[in-house]
Amino acid sequence: MDWTWFHRLASPPHVYRIAGTLTPWFAWPAGLLIVAALYGGLVLAPPDYQQGDGFRIIYVHAPSAWLSLMIYSTMATAAAIGLIWRMKVAHAAAASCAAVGAWFTVVSLVTGMLWGKPMWGTYWVWDPRLTAQLILLFLYLGYMGLRAGIEDTARADKASAVLAIVGIVNVPIIRFSVEWWNSIHQAPSVMKMDRPSMPADMLVPLLMMLVGFTLYFVAVLLVRLRAEILRRERASSWVREAATA
Amino acid sequence: MNPPPAGRASWATAGRLVLERDLRLAFRRSGQLVQPLAFFAVITLLFPLALTPELARLREVAPGVLWIAALLSSLLALEFLFRDDAHDGTLEQFVLSGQSLTLLLFAKTVAHWMLTGLPLAVMAPVVGVALGVPLQALPGILAALALGTVTLSLVGAIGAGLTLGVKRGGVLLSLLTLPLAVPILVFGARATELAIKGADYAGPMYLLAALAVLGLTLAPLAAAAAVRIGLE
Repeated sequence: MDWTWFHRLASPPHVYRIAGTLTPWFAWPAGLLIVAALYGGLVLAPPDYQQGDGFRIIYVHAPSAWLSLMIYSTMATAAAIGLIWRMKVAHAAAASCAAVGAWFTVVSLVTGMLWGKPMWGTYWVWDPRLTAQLILLFLYLGYMGLRAGIEDTARADKASAVLAIVGIVNVPIIRFSVEWWNSIHQAPSVMKMDRPSMPADMLVPLLMMLVGFTLYFVAVLLVRLRAEILRRERASSWVREAATA
Repeated sequence: MNPPPAGRASWATAGRLVLERDLRLAFRRSGQLVQPLAFFAVITLLFPLALTPELARLREVAPGVLWIAALLSSLLALEFLFRDDAHDGTLEQFVLSGQSLTLLLFAKTVAHWMLTGLPLAVMAPVVGVALGVPLQALPGILAALALGTVTLSLVGAIGAGLTLGVKRGGVLLSLLTLPLAVPILVFGARATELAIKGADYAGPMYLLAALAVLGLTLAPLAAAAAVRIGLE
């Protein structure tokens, strides 16, 4: 198999160019899908028979929760690639993931709380998924804190990569332990009630939203990666040439 | 295994020597040994003052109090794990010694557990009695804490290694380590709670043991990688 494409990914100017070309190909479909899914979810989909219109927050909540985990695994994968193949661009990608992932975790927490108010009668219950999301947020904060705490970029890259890998090994264990803890201490909540599977006119917008959010993340990641590459390579000749051209 | 080159100690000797060295150093600077224990006692003393002096009500919160206090005191002790050795160049000598860094750091972590985790576990029954815990629950509490602190030390060693390069990394060390310690807290506190109720606490103990095995297998590798990066 030809691995040239992989090795070229190690070159910052190459990745900078590719990322610039690819960004609109992710950004536009993301925008269109999200708008279409919003219309489908907020207007076309029927109200839920139990939750009325309250359920509609799922169209923001579920995709954010999905992304919060997906981005953490992306970050850990990029960090591992950076550590194993000593690829600086991969470290830059991992660095660009963290803040986006942390924000999606915050969004999923906040929408979860807003959803909780009508469903549970209170903004916060120690639901296993909310709790696990909160811990995930602290994992992100720790990662960003470690990155910010080490001044030398190369060292910050490697140290935070080790942390991301340790974190990804722990995420399933933490999720399991929180589920286990909750199954002992709480009666099943409303959210866990068996519901008939989602009808198509509710599900399709949700899936569109999921894809739209994911594409949006890729687009934002590419923009942030370009900025990160410029910041890291600011002393190199190709950046100066690009800046003066 | 190949015999080591002439003039180099075998891995078993190297590990034992590091373990002995750390134990000896700790006993000569006994402040490091006593402070986490005193901290543990002070935190548990604060709960009756803040909540209630009624033993019946304290008994209900005792598992949480014991585990949070143990978590915080072992976190406090983590600061000492690598910091001095990084400052005086001992860790660099470890890297240059030709011995496996993973092994040497594992020996240091074992010493750390013997100096903090084990004393905490031994002290917990005393503190437990002050929290209204029935006597027959004390062996269970001791076992759960002894097992849980093994994993705490191992996970903490990774955090301590990662924050080597960070100035005033104490708060960051807590932020890195505490989320990773959630499973230990959950299973440990549950085992303690079951022991206090007089029920069978084998289930959570097995889970704690599983975590300890996973930690023993993987954490020393991660800690060695972290220390190597921190010394660059």
